[in-house]
Amino acid sequence: MRRLPVQMTLGAALSAVFVLAALVSFVWTPYGVEGLAIARRMAPPSLAHPLGTDHFGRDILSMLMVGARTSIAVAIVAVGIGMGLGVPLGLLAAANRGGLIDEIVMRGNDLIFAFPSLVIAILITAIAGPSAFNAILAIGIFNTPVFARVARGGALSLWTLDYILAARVAGKGRLRISLEHILPNILNLLIVQGTIQFSLGILAEAGLSYVGLGAQPPTPSWGRMLAESQTMVSLSPHIAIFPGLAIVLMVLGLNLLGDGLRDWTDPRLRRAR
Amino acid sequence: MARYLASRLVSLLVSLAVASLVIFAVIEVIPGDTAAFMLGLNAQPDTVAALRAELGLDLPRSLRYLAWIGGMLTGDFGVSYTYRVPVAELISARLQVSLPLTLYALALSTAIAIPVGLIAAARRGRPADYAIMGVTQLGIAVPNFWFAMLLVALFAVTLRWFSAGGFPGWEAGLWAGLKALTLPAVALALPQASILARVMRSALIETLGQDYIRTARAKGLTEAQAIRAHAFRNALIPVMTILGLQFSFLLAGAIIIENVFFLPGLGRLIFQAITQRDLIVVESTVMLLVFAVILVTFLVDLAYAAIDPRLRR
Repeated sequence: MRRLPVQMTLGAALSAVFVLAALVSFVWTPYGVEGLAIARRMAPPSLAHPLGTDHFGRDILSMLMVGARTSIAVAIVAVGIGMGLGVPLGLLAAANRGGLIDEIVMRGNDLIFAFPSLVIAILITAIAGPSAFNAILAIGIFNTPVFARVARGGALSLWTLDYILAARVAGKGRLRISLEHILPNILNLLIVQGTIQFSLGILAEAGLSYVGLGAQPPTPSWGRMLAESQTMVSLSPHIAIFPGLAIVLMVLGLNLLGDGLRDWTDPRLRRAR
Repeated sequence: MARYLASRLVSLLVSLAVASLVIFAVIEVIPGDTAAFMLGLNAQPDTVAALRAELGLDLPRSLRYLAWIGGMLTGDFGVSYTYRVPVAELISARLQVSLPLTLYALALSTAIAIPVGLIAAARRGRPADYAIMGVTQLGIAVPNFWFAMLLVALFAVTLRWFSAGGFPGWEAGLWAGLKALTLPAVALALPQASILARVMRSALIETLGQDYIRTARAKGLTEAQAIRAHAFRNALIPVMTILGLQFSFLLAGAIIIENVFFLPGLGRLIFQAITQRDLIVVESTVMLLVFAVILVTFLVDLAYAAIDPRLRR
């Protein structure tokens, strides 16, 4: 059994804390997140409110827990969309290497990469109406070429191997080989990339909801908490600091997890890192 | 070299053509009548129809596409529906903020990332390397708009070294302009520098493992000399790819930072145009940005060929 890299353990632990907090928030939060309590507004961290309260007197810890739900849901579904569309396209392109389909898929990828993702995401959410769903769609579209590229790259290196040749000699078609032999063997690459895209999705969702185009009130979201705190940063720093820290720690955790997974599953990379 | 150049040029033109079709199609499916939007709720149907005719919105799609592309090629980007000025004028005014901001951020990020990446690679596996990797890992995770808010709270509100936002214009002098762009540029540069330093480090480590470096070391060069004479140049290829991507990313990706600092840049122009349904501004500006990305990619490809003669064939 290979030893787990330290960063992977750390990353997994950090990510798990947020996922757990999000799950727990479905059944319990320290305080409700919808009621206003102006009397205790902008209270600094205390025993009753470990992270303080915001400008409406809402408990920041509770808001962060519920906000984690939004961030994680948006990022995970966007990764799902990217994988669901990108991986089949990448496999298809690799199976037809150098052919017309390969060319179309790869040029299509380049084209999507050429579009300013943030601008298009803002365009989509502005047109279709700001909501968590449209944010997912916008982020998911830009995840697609990433997964297509990773799947194609991984698959291409496998198609040259002897055991694939053996499968072809045995009479298996390209589709069957792609599904039975290629896909399981590029799964580790896809999971690593999925973790990275997950963290990028968290950042993108935070950015979109920061400019008001993500999940709409009263659904708490990390990005909007930051936007609302902007004018009060110097007055009560804790309102701006904790949501930002939540984003940083979650993204850091996922990135560490992704890097660790890559090192762990690909021993060749260990030397280089 | 000529064949390489020609094939790259063809793919550049095809990409541009397809991108323009995609942008036009996306703008076409946007619900809402621009003319009705401009005139407000109480407009008479015939006034709306007259305005549609004036804006050329009643023409068939194919004609409008050709008119738009023809205009773009001759420098006529259309006239903004809300500002009533040529889009080209709007864009060039906004570029005076966005372009310097992008270059400023890129310069900062490169100036930090290259030496930091070099040190990490030269000291790989030692405490300095771990410290740098840790800090850059953190730098990647920080959302730039949050970092910007903290910078404003510290340097603008508390210390009063910089203004919290706004742009005085270059008429106010080079120094005043640069000062207004400093905090935004730092905020943009942090994640970019972190990514670039990591790329620099791994590219250099990869190069240092090559046979020709071993040969150079066997000839008696120290590692520092080998890096300077052979490894650095070779490690620059992936670094330049990332730099090219970052340039185009920053040009449009500063939208959120421009909002934090109330900067009249390209990002805010698009953002406002989208919310005001000023579609011709959105269409032409996005096309210009895509053009910039495709052009930068093309130039990076050419730069590869300049750095690495093998790629010219």
